[in-house]
Amino acid sequence: MNQLASSYRIRIETRLDNPGWTRVVSSILGVILALVVGGFVLRAAGATDPIGTYQEIFKEGFGTPADWQAGVTALLTNTDCPKGLLCFGPLSDTLVKTSPILLTALACILAFRMKLWNIGADGQMFMGAWAATAVAIFIFPPGTDRVLMLGVMALAGILAGFIYGAIPGFLKARLNINEIIITLMLNYIAYKWLEYFVVVGPWSIGDFESTGRFPVSATWPRLTEAAKSIPALSGLTAHPGIFLGIIAAIVLAWIFKRSRWGYEIRVIGNNPKAARYAGISLARNTLLVMGVSGALAGLAGMNEVAALRELNGRFQRGLGFTGVIIAWLARLNPLAAILVAFLFGGLLVGTQLIQPQGIASMLQGVILFVVVGTELLFRYRIRFEKIERVAIAPEALHDG
Amino acid sequence: MTANELIALALTIVFGALVSGSPLLFATVGEIFSERAGVMNLGIEGMMLVGAMSGFAVWFKTGDVLLGLIAGMAFGALLALLHALITITLRADQVVSGLAVTFLGSGLSSILGQPYVGQRTPQPTPIVLPIIEQVAAQQLALIIFGLIFAPLAWFYLHRTRPGLNLRSVGEYPSAADSLGINVYRTRYLYVIFGGAMSGLGGAAMSLITDPGWVDGKTSGLGWIAVALVIFAAWDPMRGVWVSYFFGLLRRLPLDLQNPALPLISTANNPSLGRLMDMLPYLATIFILILGSREAMRKRLGSPAALGIPYVRGERGL
Repeated sequence: MNQLASSYRIRIETRLDNPGWTRVVSSILGVILALVVGGFVLRAAGATDPIGTYQEIFKEGFGTPADWQAGVTALLTNTDCPKGLLCFGPLSDTLVKTSPILLTALACILAFRMKLWNIGADGQMFMGAWAATAVAIFIFPPGTDRVLMLGVMALAGILAGFIYGAIPGFLKARLNINEIIITLMLNYIAYKWLEYFVVVGPWSIGDFESTGRFPVSATWPRLTEAAKSIPALSGLTAHPGIFLGIIAAIVLAWIFKRSRWGYEIRVIGNNPKAARYAGISLARNTLLVMGVSGALAGLAGMNEVAALRELNGRFQRGLGFTGVIIAWLARLNPLAAILVAFLFGGLLVGTQLIQPQGIASMLQGVILFVVVGTELLFRYRIRFEKIERVAIAPEALHDG
Repeated sequence: MTANELIALALTIVFGALVSGSPLLFATVGEIFSERAGVMNLGIEGMMLVGAMSGFAVWFKTGDVLLGLIAGMAFGALLALLHALITITLRADQVVSGLAVTFLGSGLSSILGQPYVGQRTPQPTPIVLPIIEQVAAQQLALIIFGLIFAPLAWFYLHRTRPGLNLRSVGEYPSAADSLGINVYRTRYLYVIFGGAMSGLGGAAMSLITDPGWVDGKTSGLGWIAVALVIFAAWDPMRGVWVSYFFGLLRRLPLDLQNPALPLISTANNPSLGRLMDMLPYLATIFILILGSREAMRKRLGSPAALGIPYVRGERGL
């Protein structure tokens, strides 16, 4: 037998173990690669200095160390911040933006864990905002106690989100209809629903495409309200709504780790057949998970509208989709989502004023792509192996 | 309103439905091919957006509509190639990768399309037809192309050898493989074809059916196409009817603004028009519910290997 030629071939084989570090590495790699690819896209779009653009985004979204230092000094000496809003303004804005996207991310995490693709957090959020507005303006009188008012608004948001999420859950459980499409269609319906009420319909005041300012009791207390005693806080819009998300993340983490329900969700997500044999109800859990997922998104809507202090035609779309990416980047880990949501909050705030628009959504898309792609690189081991071709009997050639 | 006027109005509405249903038809049939080969591509919306933007950009630079349509196809295909790479070679989850295609497509089209927002648009060439008078030649060409394309697609899928190979790869890839059909190459091919058709649909929108480029031009039409594939039970001919029906629904708010219409005109009632905008989306949900009933009764099903990555030599489909 004489050797004819030898070549290398790439073999992809399944990794038997899946160590935790691979997830962290692939998420970080995803972000880095996304920034690189995004840089090229920015170049193509005419930006001469992509790195400068990124720096600008970071500065707008989080501030600079010098500004923070000045802010901390002002806090300690109880004086006004020398740089005005620059000290903590970006951080405060980022926290405001983090609140809703953390909640929508948690909504996605809960559903995705069961392999239910709830892409409708956006619509559920809109419905939550709508219901909370109904409470704030049309049901409770303006003089209502603030805690009570905000509490009932939150409940209304949760309820509206739950119903709006349970609809696709029901269709999935009973008729096995693809939940991706239903949740997406419900998104568009929710956009139009809100437009109908706020832009042309019964809730708009004159031509302002807005419900008008909420009564104070229906808005989050802001840091700036404490500016009389702590002058450095003046002008900051950060509000306690962020704690709703953090608490929800902790509860969700506990549910996944410790509770029977979390266990059931995991089993269904990994192997629905095994779950059925174990006596876990698929239909009940589908309905429940979609409902609770929607409820979290609905709470995000209430959170946002109580921070905006009015509902208007410019109510931001796409925060639910940002939730999808945060969920994926956090590897469906609720606690990791807190950090990722904060970073994305900064990205959203940082890209608000920067041209060209759409940087945020482009970066999000690339990140998701790279994360899915690299995850597989880690799930499989890639090996290069040498193939030696030898002349052998013809019939053996057919031996695959 | 005289009888002749009513007939003309009805024909105008039908013509409008066929026109605005055509992009949807291309995307739907493209996706049917992709899914029949076993790869679900949820990125239609993104590919349509990129197709619409790039098509418009190329037309803007060259003034050639046909070149714009081809560019739209090419860039749609390019995004689909990315999806194919991630899902076929890297065996990623098709759902997540498809979502990423949509995010990427809408982001890219938004950034790169910025200079073209609100620019001048391709001017239609008017030709005169009996009864409905003036129509755009490009729109007529689009309709004719769609009416030829869909039956051809059906014939290819059901009556030719490559069509059989295509279906076998989506139903039972390991059996197809053992017969010497290259599963990976076949899947790549039809995923890319699906992307090209979505891109064509997008470009047809920005150049012919609703000329002009704005951010988020397709407003969910790509997602509707995903739903139509299911309702069409993966059959191109059924895809034709539902696409044109949705074309009608999409046009309806516009058509009903016509003050000549008795009773149901929305000209003096803008909030009703706003609610009418919900119609295509509501109808999609409704149609899926209807379809699920029928699917249960007739046992229509998705291609058996849809969504499952093929790994040569591994057990399973």
